[in-house]
Amino acid sequence: MALLKFSNVGITGMAACVPANTIVNYSYTDNFSAEDAKEITDKTGILERRFALPGVTSSDLCFAAAEKMIADLNIDKTEIDLLVFVSQTPDYRMPATSILLQNRLGLSMRTMSFDLTLGCSAFVYALSVVYALMERSGFRKALLLDGETRSRVYSAKDRKTAFLFGDGGVAAIIERGERFGESFFSLNADGSREDLIKVKGGGYRYPSSVETVTEKVIDEHGNVRSDEHGYMEGADVFNFVLREIPPDIKRLEAFSGISLPSLDYYLFHQANDYMNGYLAKKLKLPVEKVPSCIARFGNTSSVSIPLTIVSQLQGKLTDKKNAMLCGFGVGMSWATAFINFEQCFISDIVEI
Amino acid sequence: MKEKLLSSLKEALQIENREIALEDIFRDYEEWDSLGRLSLIAALDEEFDLQIEDKQFEQIITVGDLLKAMEAKASK
Repeated sequence: MALLKFSNVGITGMAACVPANTIVNYSYTDNFSAEDAKEITDKTGILERRFALPGVTSSDLCFAAAEKMIADLNIDKTEIDLLVFVSQTPDYRMPATSILLQNRLGLSMRTMSFDLTLGCSAFVYALSVVYALMERSGFRKALLLDGETRSRVYSAKDRKTAFLFGDGGVAAIIERGERFGESFFSLNADGSREDLIKVKGGGYRYPSSVETVTEKVIDEHGNVRSDEHGYMEGADVFNFVLREIPPDIKRLEAFSGISLPSLDYYLFHQANDYMNGYLAKKLKLPVEKVPSCIARFGNTSSVSIPLTIVSQLQGKLTDKKNAMLCGFGVGMSWATAFINFEQCFISDIVEI
Repeated sequence: MKEKLLSSLKEALQIENREIALEDIFRDYEEWDSLGRLSLIAALDEEFDLQIEDKQFEQIITVGDLLKAMEAKASK
């Protein structure tokens, strides 16, 4: 059972970058009528999203966020010994984007750098990996970058997904410090549900071909996508979340000895406001302790939890705060953490 | 279970001022849509502590079918 406990490691700074290009869902009518756009927007509660302009990648967003945080906190780059880049929309198939970022950020060649490719659970997963490495004595500072351009993953002509996803990048600096105390993680996987959220074509199982890039009508509603677009079985994803997430949180409560109501903030992956509202109700969490940014940025996959922190909790993590982080999605993969914040600096959001 | 399901379904789909029946094809309800589907999933979880996956759900046509599927799950 992947239940982990770490001591005296924590996040000391965070920043985020989003594209300035704002998509207003009420007016997202290139492929849908204004009536449809209004109906979908009212139902999802996602008012706006940010779309990276052509040529801008998730690593560009992370680079801007990292430079902002490094400048604001006056971080000595030579002290960054670990760089992890999280994304499922990397710059290239190879080399790993983390290595490009090592060079671009001007970090030492002695920086351990690697990518971590998970979706909506990835920030929590990556945090557990970084905490594990930082608990050792070798590293001084770790830089965790998490970026996604999900706007390019889904078809603009598939109403099931066209109004949901957006782009963003975040940076977090992780250090040792006795003030952070203990943190707890639960990490999970269920590959039997690989078909619930997927981009089938374009990898090595179903390589790119004329067939995989050809757009097709895929259902009786006239939705159109290709095999290189993502799809999502929304109802079953919701079933999955209801079945797996509350028990995972209970498991972590039992393992950590920390009671859920004692926490200050509950940060869920921002996929669906209705679903998060239901989770909060089921777990009896007060809504004012469940920050949300889905209305402004949509679903940004793994970026959504840290983007919620940066956009909603700026200035609120200076005094000691305990938070739950809970990410779930494509895989299926899900992870829950209880971590402590204290003197965590959060930069203003950067736009490029 | 029948009465509880009928009232849960009405509440989930926000059906007011009319009764619903076991013979109804619920996808034909004016109130049925993707959010209604999510509300029904939440209601089944909250009120009955059970889940019906999409594959099985697609085969369920009437409210009566839904009741039968739920009774079968509950007795397991």
